[in-house]
Amino acid sequence: MTAPGAEKVVIVGAGPAGIRAAERLVQAGVKPIVIDEGTKAGGQIYRRPPRGFVRSPEQLYGPEARKAVALHTVFDRMIAAGQIDYHPQSSVMTIADHFLQALTPAGRKDFTYDRLILATGAMDRLAPIPGWQAPGVYSLGAAQIALKAQGVALGSRIILAGSGPLLTLVATQLLKAGAKIAAILDTSSISDQAAGLPGMLVRPVLVLRGLRMRAKLGRLYHAGVTLDRIETDERGPVGLCWRDARGRAHVTACDMVGLGWHLRAETQLAGLAGCMFDYDESWSQWLPRTDRMGRAAEGLYLAGDDVRILGADAAEVAGRLAATACLADMGLPSADATSDLRRLRRYERFGRAIARAFPWPGEMVRAVPDETVVCRCEGVTAGQLRESVVYGGGEANRVKSLARVGMGRCQGRYCQLAGAELIAEKAGIQVCDAGRLREQAPARPLPIGEWVRDA
Amino acid sequence: MTSGLPPAVLGGRIVRLAEKGRPQVRFRLDGADCQALAGDTVLTAVLVCGPAVRQSEFGREKRAGFCLMGACQDCWIWQEDGCRLRACSTMVAEGMQLRTVPPETWP
Repeated sequence: MTAPGAEKVVIVGAGPAGIRAAERLVQAGVKPIVIDEGTKAGGQIYRRPPRGFVRSPEQLYGPEARKAVALHTVFDRMIAAGQIDYHPQSSVMTIADHFLQALTPAGRKDFTYDRLILATGAMDRLAPIPGWQAPGVYSLGAAQIALKAQGVALGSRIILAGSGPLLTLVATQLLKAGAKIAAILDTSSISDQAAGLPGMLVRPVLVLRGLRMRAKLGRLYHAGVTLDRIETDERGPVGLCWRDARGRAHVTACDMVGLGWHLRAETQLAGLAGCMFDYDESWSQWLPRTDRMGRAAEGLYLAGDDVRILGADAAEVAGRLAATACLADMGLPSADATSDLRRLRRYERFGRAIARAFPWPGEMVRAVPDETVVCRCEGVTAGQLRESVVYGGGEANRVKSLARVGMGRCQGRYCQLAGAELIAEKAGIQVCDAGRLREQAPARPLPIGEWVRDA
Repeated sequence: MTSGLPPAVLGGRIVRLAEKGRPQVRFRLDGADCQALAGDTVLTAVLVCGPAVRQSEFGREKRAGFCLMGACQDCWIWQEDGCRLRACSTMVAEGMQLRTVPPETWP
């Protein structure tokens, strides 16, 4: 049997998955390196406000306060006890061959590792609508982060639009905090949501909580809408043009629009690390291929929403499982995984039902007019993308080379899925055949002066 | 220093709902004196005062951030010294000199 300190383990991400993975490794006597972009551990869901903020965990995290505090406490204790080598505010930029480089507050830092656990989570999944490049249009997640970590609303007359559990949750949290919301527009129809309901009943408490929140939104909430465009002036949004489930046109005045269609796995580092991917029809996106424990390749483990969009509770379980697999592969004793695997299967049934209830708006994306901006980074339009398909062929990386969709600063995070939809429509192929953008390092933009230096 | 800047800020887009009792921090935005609260990100600080952090290089519109979690890279803002910073993941600090347009020294 190997000694616990013989191999170097790096964990990227300190959300629910990364924290539980670190805890499991520490319990086995391994001291992992934890690299995280946050200022404090917690991830996006359990993000902690800066020092000097006074709202209680109950005010910040609602019914999940106990889970949030438990995770924060576990992690802070491991730091205090010197059981982990923690690098906050640090972004991993490149990964290759058991070597990675991160941009830290002190500049570039290089790490070697024997085993890597990626717990990079998820981000908002976005679809383009005309006008969404205007200042004052945000992701739904942004609206939640602004409230949670800064105590602010991103506008004084807010429309939230899109679909997914976050839509109802963010609306509820903003209303409770005193923000003014003009409308909550869900592109998912009542029948889609009903079709997801049976599968969701494996977690009845969550369903009940969701339905209660939804009921309180009252007449602000509309299901089965079509979003036509955001009207803007120089300052930003002034109104949103939409059609209700019966096809009647509406214009609702606003100065902020929050958009999001459930979540998209953050897989940039997984791709750089050599993961294989499959197009998943449930979540309408490419997801990394792993075994049930999270093994993706030799010495590479994935956990949390970057593998399957299952939420924070499942991420805690998946983090433990990935660390358990890592320990087993190192020849170290590890806990029995049976009950966690059973839990994860239940969460996956729930997650797939949520995805069924709040689907990706493929038809809406295919119908966007040519002048609609698809790539927010560089202002590339649907028309330019469609034209590039005509002379370059229906493949995402070709379209990226020719029309620059996916070439900008966000590296395709916010346009890849809509781009694939538009490519598929123009080329007359399935979305899964439009291809996945190949990851390119660095995973985030970085100041060149931090990178090019004497060895 | 302020020549060639866009017209004076039109008022902010962010509304403070909670955590209003923090100490004040002073900074400059496009040459004008502004106030923020300790613990504000640069994005919050700027958008309390004005409607945007920069001009898009590829379109006519201005930009005001998008994801607030360091993924979209929409909220990079200029400083007087020519360095840019990502507004959503940088805390505002006393005396910061921020610009929504590049400094004149920028080529």
